[in-house]
Amino acid sequence: MDRRTFLKTTAAAVGGAGLGLGPMRGALAQTGPIKIGLLAPLTGVIAAGGKEVVEGFQFYFEQNGLELAGRKIEVIVEDDASNPDTALQKARRLVEQSNVNFLVGNILANTGLAVANYVKGTGTPYFIPVIAADDLTQRARIPNVIRIAGYSASQNSRPFADWAYKQGYRKVATISQDYTFGHEQCGGFAQTFTELGGTIVQQFWHPLNTSDFSPYLGQLAGLGIDAVFAMETGADATRFAKQFASFGLKGKLPILAAQNMTDQSVIRTLGPEAEGLVSAAHFCEGAKEPATVKFVAEYEKKFGILPSIYGFSHYSGAMWLAEAIKKIGGKVEDKDALLKAVRELELSGSPLGKTVKLDAYGNPIYDIYIRKVEKRADGKLWNVPVETYPGVSQFWKYDPETYMKQPAYSRDFQGIKKA
Amino acid sequence: MSSVLSTASRTSSPRTTAIFFAGSVALLAILPAVLPTYHVSVATQILIFGLFAMSIDILAGYAGRTSLGHGAIFGTATYVVLYGVANAGLPLALAIPLAVVAATLLAAIFAALAIRTTGVYFLLLTLALGMIVWGICLRWSVVTGGENGIRGDIRPAFIGDARSFYYVTLGCSVVLTWAMWRFIRSPFGLTLSGIRDSESRMRSLGYNVSLHLFIGFVMSGVFAGLAGALYALFNNFVSPSTVALTQSVTGLLMAIVGGVGTLFGALIGSFVMIALENFVSFYTQRWLTVLGLVFIFTMIFAPAGVLGTIRVLRARRQG
Repeated sequence: MDRRTFLKTTAAAVGGAGLGLGPMRGALAQTGPIKIGLLAPLTGVIAAGGKEVVEGFQFYFEQNGLELAGRKIEVIVEDDASNPDTALQKARRLVEQSNVNFLVGNILANTGLAVANYVKGTGTPYFIPVIAADDLTQRARIPNVIRIAGYSASQNSRPFADWAYKQGYRKVATISQDYTFGHEQCGGFAQTFTELGGTIVQQFWHPLNTSDFSPYLGQLAGLGIDAVFAMETGADATRFAKQFASFGLKGKLPILAAQNMTDQSVIRTLGPEAEGLVSAAHFCEGAKEPATVKFVAEYEKKFGILPSIYGFSHYSGAMWLAEAIKKIGGKVEDKDALLKAVRELELSGSPLGKTVKLDAYGNPIYDIYIRKVEKRADGKLWNVPVETYPGVSQFWKYDPETYMKQPAYSRDFQGIKKA
Repeated sequence: MSSVLSTASRTSSPRTTAIFFAGSVALLAILPAVLPTYHVSVATQILIFGLFAMSIDILAGYAGRTSLGHGAIFGTATYVVLYGVANAGLPLALAIPLAVVAATLLAAIFAALAIRTTGVYFLLLTLALGMIVWGICLRWSVVTGGENGIRGDIRPAFIGDARSFYYVTLGCSVVLTWAMWRFIRSPFGLTLSGIRDSESRMRSLGYNVSLHLFIGFVMSGVFAGLAGALYALFNNFVSPSTVALTQSVTGLLMAIVGGVGTLFGALIGSFVMIALENFVSFYTQRWLTVLGLVFIFTMIFAPAGVLGTIRVLRARRQG
């Protein structure tokens, strides 16, 4: 092919692609398919998690058929590129061009917050099984944004603090990535722990993608603390666990890990250094509930890996939506009815094996597991339950309205009670 | 390359430009009537980024200084508008001028530090300065909201829908494009082109080269800031990715694809990049690869960019 022919064919191909877009518009009758816009980071920093978001969500429909209440289900996947500007643009496209009935997904809080701000204006229902930013179901909640099958960041660390106090820990330091998700998880822990009578000796905040933890590890070793609360995600979690072990601290200083630090997405890449890590979460892949065992086995058979929080949450999210859509006879065009059905649903068939429902603010109430990383018979690491805290809401034991009068957790406000 | 550049930028007579300009505006004005809503918002984005890329082209094409810090200037304006309206409760009419002032000041700081360097040193210095701004936006979370950024419904209700905001953006674009065009064709703007072609000759003719470059940089920052303020209204949201290096690179690539030193080419580049991103990603997840190929082919077959090549070809035909 010479240069000219090449240019011509390229131009023809590009032109043809452009023309193909025309017929895509047009209003949809109520009898058409139910269109779901699924936003997931398929490229960028959290692409591995994004893949599991899509797999988990589609896995439910593969098992149960792509039809609800007589209407076909069409899942349109868009890549948010782990970037809030892109997420916003893709959300716009799903709503305005693809005419989806509602949006689901996103992983990173900043992408979720950007999309939430957009749907506030359009009224499009938006469901967030992973976005944990506290305020989306607290102070800055939006009626059409619901956290189905997800959790709010500080929710799990409160029972964890209670458990830690009961283990006899009195002096704890925290180390965390320096962004909102970290501030909120540490805040939940620090507030509950100090209110029980414990002390937060020091808090370390390090930038995302820290490659060398030795300055922090050296300080941690010298603080004379009983345990350290560590909030790390992704590659930081892997590096922290490895360096903590090679620093000789493993076995001497107990780690209380945020749930994402011992999530499958992290520990499937780790070895002995992860064994014995304790964390708190609503999902525990090693739990003995028959529903959990069944889900984990099916998921592993299909994808060859144990489900992470991303896969689990979007599988459950899909189930939650499917149940709600069945209840309203597939009439998803009625946004208010859809939101009401989702909000009032009590989900009994989820992989958790327990009935899950939302609190009045759109966040699920869970039985929280205290879990420990153990080696399974075949050598794979997984989390197994140690203890259960039943019925934990995002407000722990506080009165919601009183609680929301205190500011949102940040670096400067951790809810620490002065002794 | 530099001879191609000068041909590209010199062969537009004011009259053809005026006709071309009026035609384009007329075409753009009827767009919302035929396009669905989503495409109107894409068109709005193209205009905003076109302005941004043009502001980069003022420096890259006319003063011969390729900046990688303009994303930071653009994004600073976006931050100031959102912070001002959503967090500090200022009226929009005050926040926008403040944003432009902030962008101008930032441009002045960048200019003062970078203007004595050329080529790759200028590139690196502006890159570093831009990264500092990005770092501040990421870490100063009390003010900037850190990773999560700042959100708020700052766009007034009367331009709330996509179509009316498109017309606002179009109006601003017409005025600003005209202003930039006047700027580069003014006697002062011509001295910038002179500096690009030969700094030493301009110096020996008695021009204060550094001062001229400084003013050129600051003016380009003013335009980038105005585009950034529009972007704040468009998105109702800002996060560190708006001030990040990729933003600067995107703007520069738009200018290059359209044709460095053609000013209006930047708009074409913005159209090519945003349209490609939107339409190709509809069909494949590998749209970034497609975009990369487009750049490679542009560099091989049309190194002067789309508009630059058209002008070169026309000049050749006229002999």
